[in-house]
Amino acid sequence: MSEHIVSKKVYFVIFGALIAGTLLTYYVALQDLDFIFHGANTVVALTIAVTKATLVVLYFMHVRYSTRLTWVIVAAGIFWLMIMFALTFSDYFSRGWVSYPR
Amino acid sequence: MAEGHAITHEGAAAHEAHAHEALAHHFDNLEQQREAGTIGMWVFLVQEIMFFGGLFLAYTIYRWQFPVAFATASNHLDVRLGATNTIVLIVSSLTMALAVYYAQTGSRRNQLIFLLTTMVLGTTFLVIKGIEYYDKYRDHLIPGSLIPGRPFHWENALPVGVTERNLEMFFWIYFAMTGLHALHMIIGLGIMVYLVYYARKGRFTPEYHAPVEISGLYWHFVDIVWIFLFPLLYLLGRHLEHGGH
Repeated sequence: MSEHIVSKKVYFVIFGALIAGTLLTYYVALQDLDFIFHGANTVVALTIAVTKATLVVLYFMHVRYSTRLTWVIVAAGIFWLMIMFALTFSDYFSRGWVSYPR
Repeated sequence: MAEGHAITHEGAAAHEAHAHEALAHHFDNLEQQREAGTIGMWVFLVQEIMFFGGLFLAYTIYRWQFPVAFATASNHLDVRLGATNTIVLIVSSLTMALAVYYAQTGSRRNQLIFLLTTMVLGTTFLVIKGIEYYDKYRDHLIPGSLIPGRPFHWENALPVGVTERNLEMFFWIYFAMTGLHALHMIIGLGIMVYLVYYARKGRFTPEYHAPVEISGLYWHFVDIVWIFLFPLLYLLGRHLEHGGH
């Protein structure tokens, strides 16, 4: 597989999306979304951030055009990060759920 | 035995036939060398994901423990400077991507222009970060006793149920995360000094530009970290501030 050169047009489109995402993040942060559910602001902010990060990884970092092996390595990184978060949270957030005799 | 020798010799001859001055002897060709470099960089970045991940984990646990303190402390940060820095970093990611593009297409002049632009933007980010750090110093918000004789002190009113210690925790995490991020930016600028030096010498060509490519990966990764830091550190309590009136 030879190297894929991403066109300048693609870079500018992704750049526009990233700037739009930043402005949207800022605008949404000023609105009180707690009426939807408590913490909705954080969910929206993180959704936009994950979308922006995905665009950077796929296009600026060329992963979309990279080999399967690169895909596996990137996916493994995200997967292990999720393991770290899930196991730690399962401990912290469940403390005090059960009472036990001292 | 003789056959074995012959094959080895043929392999060496084939290697030599495609030889490029930048091709290391343990790779068959530049394509294989480039892919190995990219994968190596990604393995390093996966380590970086876990490294920063630990800090994001600490952030989440303490924010969950002290939600009001975190929102109060976060609202004290200068959101205009934070937003400006977000834009500066995204533009710098674009210019870095273009520097890689011009390395791939063999324009030495444009490669240099965009590497230098990226460096200017990276420096701008650090200067703005420095201004923010100075503001925190002025307001006695450097946590613990990191500054001798100038311990952390919250001068405003404390919200109900929030202690000064809870607010200080936010600033520990703020300085740990933005400080580590800024350190990565400084290292990135150092790498770019190296790139500019060799780009000027015409070392990077459409056949060989792996250093520019993998330095780009690093720079974009640092941008991604900030994409998460900006909303999590600067914006988490803004909706409470504005919903009050």
